[in-house]
Amino acid sequence: MDVIEILLTVSFWAAATRIATPLIFGTLGELICERAGVLNLGIEGIMTAGAMAGWMAVYQGADLWSGVLFAAAVGMIFGLIHGIFTVPLGLSQHVTGLGLTLLATSLAYFTYRMILPDVPSPPRIEPFQPFAIPLLSEIPFIGPALFKQTALTYLAFVSVVVVSLVLYKTPLGLALRAVGENPAAAEAQGIDVYVMRIGAVMVGSGFMAIGGAFLTMSAFNAFFFEMIAGRGWICIALVVFASWRPGKALLGAVLFGAFDAFQVRLQQALGGDVPYQIFLMLPYVFSILALIVMSRRAAYPKALMVPYRKGER
Amino acid sequence: MRLETRTRVPLALAIAAPAGAVVLALLLAAIPLLWAEVSVVDAYVLIFKGALGSRLAITETLSRATPLIFTGLAAAVAFRAKLWNIGGEGQLYIGALTAAAVGTGAIALPSAVMIPMVLVLGALAGALLMLVPTLLKLRLGVDEVVTTLLLNFVVLLFVSMMIEGPMKDPMGMGWPQSAPIVDEATLPKLIARTRVHVGLILAILAGIAVWVMTQRTIWGFEARAVGASSAAARFAGMPVPRVMLRVGLISGALAGLAGVGEVAGLKGYLTLDLSPGFGYSGIVVAMLAQLNALPVIVAALFVAVVFVGADFMSRAIGVSNYLANLVVATSLLTMLLASLATRYRLRLR
Amino acid sequence: MTATEARAPEDIVLRLRGITKRFGALVANNAIDLELRRGAILALLGENGAGKTTLMNILFGHYLADEGEVLVADPGGALTPLRGGSPSAALAAGIGMVHQHFTLADNLTAFDNIILGTQSLFRPWADRRSARRKLDELMDGSGLRVDLDAAIGVLSVGERQRVEILKALYRGARILILDEPTAVLTPQETDRLFETLHHLVAQGLSIVFISHKLAEVMSVSQRVVVLRAGAVVADLITDETDAAHLAETMVGRAIPQTVRPEMAPGEAILVLDKVCVPGAHGRPALSDASLTLRQHEILGIAGVSGNGQVALSNLICGLQTPESGTVTLHEQAVALGSPAGMVAAGIGRIPEDRLHDGVVGDMAVWENLALEDYRSPAFCQAGFIRGGAARAHARRAIEGFDVRCPGPEAATRLLSGGNVQKLILARVLTRDPNVILANQPSRGLDIGAVTEVHRRLLEARGRGAGIILISEDLDELLTLSDRIAVLHRGHLSQAMPTESVTIRQLGLMMAGHDTETAAHDAA
Repeated sequence: MDVIEILLTVSFWAAATRIATPLIFGTLGELICERAGVLNLGIEGIMTAGAMAGWMAVYQGADLWSGVLFAAAVGMIFGLIHGIFTVPLGLSQHVTGLGLTLLATSLAYFTYRMILPDVPSPPRIEPFQPFAIPLLSEIPFIGPALFKQTALTYLAFVSVVVVSLVLYKTPLGLALRAVGENPAAAEAQGIDVYVMRIGAVMVGSGFMAIGGAFLTMSAFNAFFFEMIAGRGWICIALVVFASWRPGKALLGAVLFGAFDAFQVRLQQALGGDVPYQIFLMLPYVFSILALIVMSRRAAYPKALMVPYRKGER
Repeated sequence: MRLETRTRVPLALAIAAPAGAVVLALLLAAIPLLWAEVSVVDAYVLIFKGALGSRLAITETLSRATPLIFTGLAAAVAFRAKLWNIGGEGQLYIGALTAAAVGTGAIALPSAVMIPMVLVLGALAGALLMLVPTLLKLRLGVDEVVTTLLLNFVVLLFVSMMIEGPMKDPMGMGWPQSAPIVDEATLPKLIARTRVHVGLILAILAGIAVWVMTQRTIWGFEARAVGASSAAARFAGMPVPRVMLRVGLISGALAGLAGVGEVAGLKGYLTLDLSPGFGYSGIVVAMLAQLNALPVIVAALFVAVVFVGADFMSRAIGVSNYLANLVVATSLLTMLLASLATRYRLRLR
Repeated sequence: MTATEARAPEDIVLRLRGITKRFGALVANNAIDLELRRGAILALLGENGAGKTTLMNILFGHYLADEGEVLVADPGGALTPLRGGSPSAALAAGIGMVHQHFTLADNLTAFDNIILGTQSLFRPWADRRSARRKLDELMDGSGLRVDLDAAIGVLSVGERQRVEILKALYRGARILILDEPTAVLTPQETDRLFETLHHLVAQGLSIVFISHKLAEVMSVSQRVVVLRAGAVVADLITDETDAAHLAETMVGRAIPQTVRPEMAPGEAILVLDKVCVPGAHGRPALSDASLTLRQHEILGIAGVSGNGQVALSNLICGLQTPESGTVTLHEQAVALGSPAGMVAAGIGRIPEDRLHDGVVGDMAVWENLALEDYRSPAFCQAGFIRGGAARAHARRAIEGFDVRCPGPEAATRLLSGGNVQKLILARVLTRDPNVILANQPSRGLDIGAVTEVHRRLLEARGRGAGIILISEDLDELLTLSDRIAVLHRGHLSQAMPTESVTIRQLGLMMAGHDTETAAHDAA
């Protein structure tokens, strides 16, 4: 199959959008944390925990949206831990985040094994079904690619718009941007830096968890070990790629999704001649390359990874 | 009640802090045990017995501690210079791959040559892998956390490709694994009929070497200064990029040695389940040791006890052995809290 | 104590009673009483470390006082206790603060910085239009003009200060606290600030003006409260006192006068010829800078911060390479861009930010004393540090330079600012450098330490060193320098003999006038 031909099929872009969805959530979540000045390396674990929690809730009889909410709540609890450790206690954001990833991942696996001690294969749930949005889905090409998805994908799109509006149009967003750039400036204006930062990390972690839940509740309908497979780390790269802007984060995630979908099709096309592992490597290599290209002009929030202590400047 | 910065850390506290962290982590691990409706005391007794209760158990723990000492040192060396090498897992596998490639009989040499060669080449492979993110950081300002993490996945896929392809064992009955290491390249056993091999001695020697380097040499002086304040180190005239590069290479080499030990000392061949996350556990080991080289050995032993003991406990009473990962992850977080105690003093007024 | 005091007499808007604050063994504020009247400017005078900033941080809610209370007049004039430890409570009570280091977020516009935190965080939409209207009125009324849509990053220091004051006024501050507001201004900008302040107090604002500069205190305030070692030592009417008396009260003893002995300059050691250093936004940080530094000479560099001092300092410290031009040391070209190379060439460097660049806080005193020398045979053998020799050296340096610390093993971050500076001086001067770059060497130090720094620099000059002294403190420059040059927007003026320049002339040059016009206008 010709490269151009692949790129021009509706199913390709529909797949790209599907692959992009968890990354949109994850990238938005990380972006919110980092805009407030906190690097959240717990993302990989929080996505795992979200994937497990949402799926497990539904498997235990909850409806799908309750599952999503439950996943988000679990994510926010991990976010709270990260927030307390890194904000008022000022502990290393790197180490806390990695610790959180280890903790959330092992807790998810342990819980899974506790509830399902001996199942031969991962049980399935009835996942979110794709549905077409009237009118929008009738736009030629774009319609069927973007607007015949599951509800969580639409939620991802809406989230980008909402986060963008909050960040740039509301007093809350203004405070968030100030807290990540110069916390002393925010505090001098009566904004509680600790509350803002912990809140941002919690909300961001909630988004990450929903990103994980998408995988078990919309994409694969079951929970597998190691199913996040570095998506969280890719989101961190995407945040840099997006220069900490929600719109660009969406763009980056969809581009990445397209690249991943393309890689799969290329694998099918070239099948057998080239080891499949080469294709599987491409997304990771692509992320590293994207990071290299964008790092040169990355304008980090100035207070990123700098703990703030009240009354010290 | 307020926090004050400590002027000095008493030795007792420096020991009590990590010990307290471990105790707290074990206490927290009682929660999942209660959930599993097993006796917490029984579970801990089983963990203890499983890890230290017999000659076999102890040797098993020692052999599990060996790669953890290496990866713990790798993380400690790098983190002290504020080089966030989270790629220990990938470096371990590339070291293991190199050992498998060299050690499976491609060249026939006496073991006096083969063993050092396998070790050196494995370490070199780990170092070269770490060279990439270090150079990207130094030259282009690319964050090394993400690059080292992503390279872990790349390396694992590469290893998978090799052992399903060119390096696949023709006698392996279709399993994705490398051919076995020849005897000349195999690290001798330390205790006969156990899994403890010379790698343990090498790991301890590496710990001592890293300690001497950090505390006594110019390299260590530079690495500590760069880690504590790269601006002041640069101002004073230290070659900061060169120091970072050196640290990155040493760190990668140590992690690479962990892989060599597992292939050439323990398993005898390379598979994709060679490491149950030794690279990541190494970070916990390093933090428990507060990035000090000699305590890394003790911390690695602790983590090994938890893993080996939890496996035993899991088989005995059916609680998932992911409990071990849970304890280890929790102890990293509790250690962070304990580090506050060494830095600050709580004063009641 | 009742929650609401009886109506205060004489229009008191702020009263502190018995404020005490301890940091460990240190008593930063000791039972401080203070009163501020409506429409008055009260100067809070004290040297660095006297407790002024701590006091204001308590007032503004950054710190919680251990004892005592703060009473603030509500709009009706009744004094009400202020809840401590909360900046928002202070803001709500009508207290506005302009910190010495501005608290502005660079990624936001001036407008966004001003409205930050003024609207409920849960409002769905920021109300920008009415905010804009209110600000326009405020700017008209107060005479403080700034480009509201400009990002903070591109504004000058003076403009940023105006944004800070507007920020406080926008919040309806009735009490304005200014912490060392003139430290970064030219003399002319300072005059303009004072005009604005007088204008504002005429409109009913009350101001606390924190400073350690006597002349300013004398010219701007009606009352002066002098702090020394954390306690109020005098509360005076400005007109009834004079600078000399204030100085003595502030220091508590006669101030040792630093005198620069006459000395004939020797031969030229360091020569910069038409050096250009690139800066941010495509603007050169230094353009065609030329200077000649001689033996036995202190060359002062005046200028408002941000006009190229960093580039000049980085160049001589070896942190930056020039785009064009030459630097010669003893008539030989210097390999630039390497701090180690500069150290080896015999240049001693005292950095502006001593805690960030000067020392590694988490390392021991002895290690910091060896930081530039650790590779020399004296401290190193076959790749190993000679710990004994380095510690012995440290003990000598600690004694010789009177570095107050528990010993060579102490962590450097625990030292006071003055002792850190002495440590750096010890490291630099024990090498007998023939060129010294001292960038803001006395900033933030108390008078004792400042005198010590000045004595050491003059001593080095006496030994034959040439010293480049970059400072924002014109008094310091005029006291120490043999010649003074002015930096403005990357242009370095001709160096003029100190005896031939006036403060006014320097001020004009710092604002961009060239040497001749400034001399003419100042005359």
